[in-house]
Amino acid sequence: MNRRVEIQFESAARQEHAVQLGMWIFLGSELLLFAGLFGLYTVYRTEYGLEFDAGIHHNQLLLGSTNTVVLIVSSFTVAWALYNVRKDKRDTALAMLGITMLLGLAFLVIKGVEYAHHFSEGVFPGKAYTNLELPGHGARMFFTLYYLMTGLHALHMIGGLAVMGWVTHRVWTRRTNRESHTELHLGALYWHLVDSIWIFLWPLFYLTG
Amino acid sequence: MTSYLASGRSLRSWLVTKDHKRIGILFLIATTLALVLGGVFALLIRIELLTPEPSVFDALDYNRSFTHHGVVMVFLFMVPVIPTVFGNFFLPMMLGAPDVALPRLNLASFYVYCLGATILLLSLWFGGVDTGWTFYAPYATTSPTAVATAVFGVFVVGISSILTGLNFIVTVHTMRAKGMRWFRMPLFVWAIYATAIIQVLATPVLGLSLLLVGADHAFGMGVFDPALGGDPILFQHLFWFYSHPAVYIMILPAMGVVSEVVCTFSHNRPASYRAIAISSIGIAFIGFLTWGHHMFVSGMSMLDVGAFGILSMFVAIFSAIKVFTWTATLYRGRITFNAPMLYFFGFMFLFVFGGMTGVAVATSSLDIHWHDTYFVVAHFHFIMVGGTLTMFLAACHYWFPKMFGRRYPEKWALIGAVAVILGFVFTFTPQFLLGNAGMPRRYHTYVPEYQWLNVMSTAGATILALGLVVTLVYLVHSIFRGEKAGDNPWDSRGYEWLAPTPPPTHNFHTPLVIARGPYDFHCPERP
Repeated sequence: MNRRVEIQFESAARQEHAVQLGMWIFLGSELLLFAGLFGLYTVYRTEYGLEFDAGIHHNQLLLGSTNTVVLIVSSFTVAWALYNVRKDKRDTALAMLGITMLLGLAFLVIKGVEYAHHFSEGVFPGKAYTNLELPGHGARMFFTLYYLMTGLHALHMIGGLAVMGWVTHRVWTRRTNRESHTELHLGALYWHLVDSIWIFLWPLFYLTG
Repeated sequence: MTSYLASGRSLRSWLVTKDHKRIGILFLIATTLALVLGGVFALLIRIELLTPEPSVFDALDYNRSFTHHGVVMVFLFMVPVIPTVFGNFFLPMMLGAPDVALPRLNLASFYVYCLGATILLLSLWFGGVDTGWTFYAPYATTSPTAVATAVFGVFVVGISSILTGLNFIVTVHTMRAKGMRWFRMPLFVWAIYATAIIQVLATPVLGLSLLLVGADHAFGMGVFDPALGGDPILFQHLFWFYSHPAVYIMILPAMGVVSEVVCTFSHNRPASYRAIAISSIGIAFIGFLTWGHHMFVSGMSMLDVGAFGILSMFVAIFSAIKVFTWTATLYRGRITFNAPMLYFFGFMFLFVFGGMTGVAVATSSLDIHWHDTYFVVAHFHFIMVGGTLTMFLAACHYWFPKMFGRRYPEKWALIGAVAVILGFVFTFTPQFLLGNAGMPRRYHTYVPEYQWLNVMSTAGATILALGLVVTLVYLVHSIFRGEKAGDNPWDSRGYEWLAPTPPPTHNFHTPLVIARGPYDFHCPERP
């Protein structure tokens, strides 16, 4: 291994173990950040079941499902990039990272199209909500949670894109390579987390009406 | 080898340091400033309450004072103080490690704390907050004060807390010296480890709930606003799901300090190492299942009230295991009385008193009478101040020689400790009586019958403040002028005392190989 071992570690293996463990703990705390929102969703859905159903039917299943496919494919391409870095195939790895980022952008664009459509119907969060087709507290709360949860997820997606851009730059300049690729591994873990959260948002906002 | 204090004397060398000891000192400065600020707000409250009628404040300013007192003390002092100062400084040394596992993240945590604190203090400057430190909806979503900025500041401070907790968990798992089995770790490490788990698991939920209150306040999201279909009680559930475990974030590190102090100054093994270590984890676990006891009068089914009441009492069982084990540790020990030991005895009295009243308020029939009265205020101050603050002071004295290579003046320390403990008792014992007589919290006026107890409480707070000022003055003076200290002035067996005084940048000249336990007083100091 040509990776620099920081002074506090006795070996590179110990260092690798430490940063991996740190990343998993971080991912766990990210899940708990979303857990509060999932808890709110559960309670309000129990309270406003029918109106949540109507809200789910109002959302565009095709766009939501397309986004699911986009993210699953991107999870595959980021894993493929890591595999190729380990095989020392830099060009394929760069291509896969590029596709990953394009898919991430595509996800955000599709999400933006959905938001624009909602705005045109007066579907805003909270007191700005003016949609007449689905009046009432339940529908308003459904879309408030929709904006909060998909919005927080989209922020994570933007963070993930920044991480991917940084890692791609490192692969490009050969600083991330076969011997030393922890940052790509950790970035991919983060990317998978963001995808996994969407896998749970998708049924809650598109499927279970 | 030069000590960590001498390796680079420029301001820059401190501000960009990755040395866990220097980061600990930076946190010591920051959290002490928070303590002073929170203390000033406390004195403002006590001055207003000298008279039954409004005197120096109107209602809004009074509400701001107690809110600022609570927010600053809880989020900027109590929660971070012992882990970030003594955890940072001593956790790696107690593990025989040269540093924490992730030193850059450690420094980042300090600056995130500073950023959060700055945002929080700016919000206090621009309009302040009058909601109480709990930010209860729906009032917090409609208050005319700067709620959104303040909760954002608390959220950022929370990120710092998560990063520190994450770092400590990784450090404990990966940085233990050769021969350091889990059950050879010092008990302070166990306490910090249990705390770190709570920090990582509970803080994100608090951060999110506060952001939602901020969004309700700033953008009218209505998540907790009944006028828009929201449920304010839900906020209380989310808030206490963190903030009750946060009570243990505040007390568990203090308990870790207790274990170190009592063993060192009675020169004895803990009566049961495992009982203390495992009860820390037990408290961390059960602490997640007790949040409902803050909400007995918020509309809760009798079944839930009973369940939360009983679960809360389990905390008392784990705490009692600790208290009895500490007491038994004194038996046949060779006890020496220094300031940390005096704080230990103060702690035992105050903590047992606070803990027993905790069992009382976990009993729903009693809590309905005491809820939102000064009884509850007195109860949690006995734990937070009587527990955490006294052990913070004990830690400041106990580890002072190792941190600065100097001794503090024992005579002044005894004066300071007596003033702090007596001042504390005089501040809060009257508040139990006031609460039981029905005085509600968070009012700036009261009926004249309550006045003599309030005057006594303010007098006690003044003594407490004087004790703290005396302590601060001689400690700062001793950093520069104190008598030189040896490597192990207390004759402790803790691993941190094996390092030179003050320690060099990477703590130990040669890597430690642990061949004895941290409390094996029958063994020689060098294993």
